Amino acid sequence: MEQQRSVSGSSQSPRSPSSQPFLSVSVTDPVKLGNGVQAYISYRVITKTNLPEYQGPEKIVIRRYSDFVWLRDRLFEKYKGVFIPPLPEKSAVEKFRFSAEFIELRRQGLDIFINRIASHNELQQSDDLRTFLQADEETMERLRSQDTGIFKKRPADFLQIIKDVQTKMSDVVLGKEKPVEESNAEYEKLKHYIFELENHVAEAQKHAYRLVKRHREYGQSLSELGKSFKLLGACESNDVGKAFCDLGAKSEAISIKLQKEAQHLLMNFEEPLKDYVRAVQSIKATIAERANAFKQHCELAETIRLKEIALDKLMLTRSERVGEAEHEYKEASQPILSLKAASEEATTRYETIVRRMNEEMVRFQDEKTNDIGIAFHEFAKGQARLANAFADAWRSLLPKLDACSLDTS
Amino acid sequence: MMGSENQSFQEAHLYASKEDMENLVLDDSLNGNKSYSNYRSALSSISDSHHPLSAPVVVTSVDSDPLLAPPSYRDFQNPGPAIASAAPDNSYLDPPSYADVIFSPFDGNNFNDANGVDSPSKRSDNSGSFSRSSSSNSEYIKITVSNPQKEQETSNSLVPGGNTYVTYLISTRTNLPDFGGSEFSVRRRFRDVVTLSDRLAESYRGFFVPPRPDKSVVESQVMQKQEFVEQRRVALEKYLRRLAEHPVIKKSDELKVFLQVQGKLPLPTTTDVASRMLDGAVKLPKQLFTESAVAPHEVVQPAKGGRDLLRLFKELKQSMANDWGASKPPLVEEDKEFMEKKEKMHDLEQQLSLASQQAESLVKAQQDMGETLGELGLAFIKLTKFETEEAVSNAQKVRAADMKGLATAAVKASRFYRELNAQTVKHLDTLHEYLGLMLAVNSAFSDRSSALLTVQTLLSELESLQSRTEKLEVASSKIFGGDRSRIRKLEELKETIRVTEDAKHVAIREYERIKENNKCELERFDKERDSDFLNMLKGFVLNQVGYAEKIANVWAKVAEDTSGYARESC
Repeated sequence: MEQQRSVSGSSQSPRSPSSQPFLSVSVTDPVKLGNGVQAYISYRVITKTNLPEYQGPEKIVIRRYSDFVWLRDRLFEKYKGVFIPPLPEKSAVEKFRFSAEFIELRRQGLDIFINRIASHNELQQSDDLRTFLQADEETMERLRSQDTGIFKKRPADFLQIIKDVQTKMSDVVLGKEKPVEESNAEYEKLKHYIFELENHVAEAQKHAYRLVKRHREYGQSLSELGKSFKLLGACESNDVGKAFCDLGAKSEAISIKLQKEAQHLLMNFEEPLKDYVRAVQSIKATIAERANAFKQHCELAETIRLKEIALDKLMLTRSERVGEAEHEYKEASQPILSLKAASEEATTRYETIVRRMNEEMVRFQDEKTNDIGIAFHEFAKGQARLANAFADAWRSLLPKLDACSLDTS
Repeated sequence: MMGSENQSFQEAHLYASKEDMENLVLDDSLNGNKSYSNYRSALSSISDSHHPLSAPVVVTSVDSDPLLAPPSYRDFQNPGPAIASAAPDNSYLDPPSYADVIFSPFDGNNFNDANGVDSPSKRSDNSGSFSRSSSSNSEYIKITVSNPQKEQETSNSLVPGGNTYVTYLISTRTNLPDFGGSEFSVRRRFRDVVTLSDRLAESYRGFFVPPRPDKSVVESQVMQKQEFVEQRRVALEKYLRRLAEHPVIKKSDELKVFLQVQGKLPLPTTTDVASRMLDGAVKLPKQLFTESAVAPHEVVQPAKGGRDLLRLFKELKQSMANDWGASKPPLVEEDKEFMEKKEKMHDLEQQLSLASQQAESLVKAQQDMGETLGELGLAFIKLTKFETEEAVSNAQKVRAADMKGLATAAVKASRFYRELNAQTVKHLDTLHEYLGLMLAVNSAFSDRSSALLTVQTLLSELESLQSRTEKLEVASSKIFGGDRSRIRKLEELKETIRVTEDAKHVAIREYERIKENNKCELERFDKERDSDFLNMLKGFVLNQVGYAEKIANVWAKVAEDTSGYARESC
């Protein structure tokens, strides 16, 4: 089931005549390419828009998973503070990698991902998004391999920062340490909320996954029971035998419905919960970024402060040779100026993150309430549908069974 | 990803509070882990003392559960503890009424449907369409096994104070005139049950005698384990009740004596193999060197290992001759109808075995569904609580409310699955019961074939005796005046022939008797099987329908409540 969200920038109206700006993307048609170890899946990405920045009303490109990763990473770098939409899982158990189920889940996840970006006020304006949606395949490949290069340069740093912040985060949450951290009660509360939320949602998702399995097992057992009842019915040659056969056939029919429901449950209930977990994890990455930005801002401010003190000292203990002192002074104050520029930049970066995060939290809560609401609706609908199918199927057997019992008395 | 590191160390913390969460919403009887085996023992330990039997029932059901008693409608209001438990008044959950399940979708069908979900072993029901009871409409006999106690072996214990065994209190209530009384109790040990079972097997050859519970070889430590004793108690009760249901066996002396006579069981015990071997070894030389025939009275029992070595040997020879010999045996199983029936029974047994296994899988799958749904519900309840506590935005509050709705539904559905399963167990139990009965059928058939073999052996023996006689007569006629030793030999032979002829007559009579028993039993078995299976299927289906509807309702409400989120597309 594809989701085609029609996006119209920041306006609220849905798809309307061409006067309203819109940008709509869909990810379709997964195709396996390549051989052996290097085999991969490619997707068609279809963009429909009337925005002037784009080359025309419709564009189709071919993209693979690592292209999406490139886009995500670029956006993460450039839009710090925004909760970048999460991607479906990177790795998968080898043999599962090309199963129809996995591919469909991934396609769905990628479609949701790109649409969330396209409907986000800031992100939809990104150059990288435009590149992603329009560049030809060779360009994309070049960019992709370039960036893994850049990325490889700093992963250690990046991950290390995250790890540091993570431990600091947990420590702070546990009240162990108070290093270079914002002492903002509201923010503390938020961080605590995010960390706890992840655990709770992950648990729910775990049980949702198990429930899918249970449906499959239930279906399997009903199918087997049905078969054995049919065999048993064949043994008996009278009405009872027929009853067994009918029941067996119904049992097998119902089991098919169970398998279908299991699939529906996986795509429309478990996957959204997983997506929820990933979204929370994305927020954690942003929290790490904010901590990093804060640290830089503080450190720079501190450095400047120390340097200014040193400068003042210099002023007070200036030497007799005024010319020399002036020269020293000029030399000392030069780096301070560039430091001050850097500090301002760091402060701006930090404040941007803070501002964005506040907006993002509101958006996040709204989005999640909607997403989960849909998931719940689908879940309930599916379960009701299944139960009704059960009831109908079994009920249809009753008249015959009643007729039987009148005969044998 | 980042999250995973946190997850594992937080998890332990989460699960510590799981127990609290479980008690938050649900009462004890809903607490997650009632396993399948708990259900079974719970079912059988439901006190049947508050189920007054009314007239038309021949025998009480094995698991008489007040829910299933058609006459006492009021019992529907007080369901047993393990099944449809009355939940405490709780804003989340309605107390389910079993009556609702059965009655709501089927207006106007009332008691018929209630009967439909009866315990499978209830043979005759008071609704016209199911009635199987014949003449014995007002008889009943009800047996209960209870109160296991440890006792000491008083004599002959090599290990002082070592030999303990368990006795059970067997209580009977009956209005059958053959018993001298209406209520009585005795104490019996398992060994007594074995004796009873062996004696019945001897006296009722050809009948489908219900098989007794297994004699598991256990050490005294295991014997003392609560669970084992309880399992055995249940099995014994089932066995005795089945015996009492059998139209012929319920009137047997053996059963009467077992149920009534105080103190030591006055039935001959099955002698142990060693002494039989000794007996047999003593007899054998005499049998070999003289013309000894099988005594007529022995012929009515199959040749037993040890004692009747010679007879065993002869019969074995005969059966080999039957299978491999050039000529047809002197008497064959001619009844084609019987042969077909036998084939069918064999088929039936195989299919029953398979169906029985699949029924077990189904029960497990249903149980798992219920469990996982319950866990899902709990997880969402925790989330709801969390979001409510931490709510900063309105979106969170809305979400928390949505979650609560879903969680409640999941918990309700989970409970319905468990109830559904408890009933499914009872219905599909019929499969297991009949599988057990196939043992009885097989042993009745083998009674028949061993009786046939005895006849065949005797016939062959007669043949050979005749021919020896003839040869001897021819030989002695050539000697004028006769040969003293030959004449004596002839007379001996003639005497042996006479005895063997008698034995042959008895054996044939016995064989015919067993054949007749087989026939009657097969007819009875077929009828009862049809009826029981039909009841089982109907009960199973009704049960499924009832609960499917309830579950559908629960989810329909949630779908309704969340319909605001419904997408236009798809």
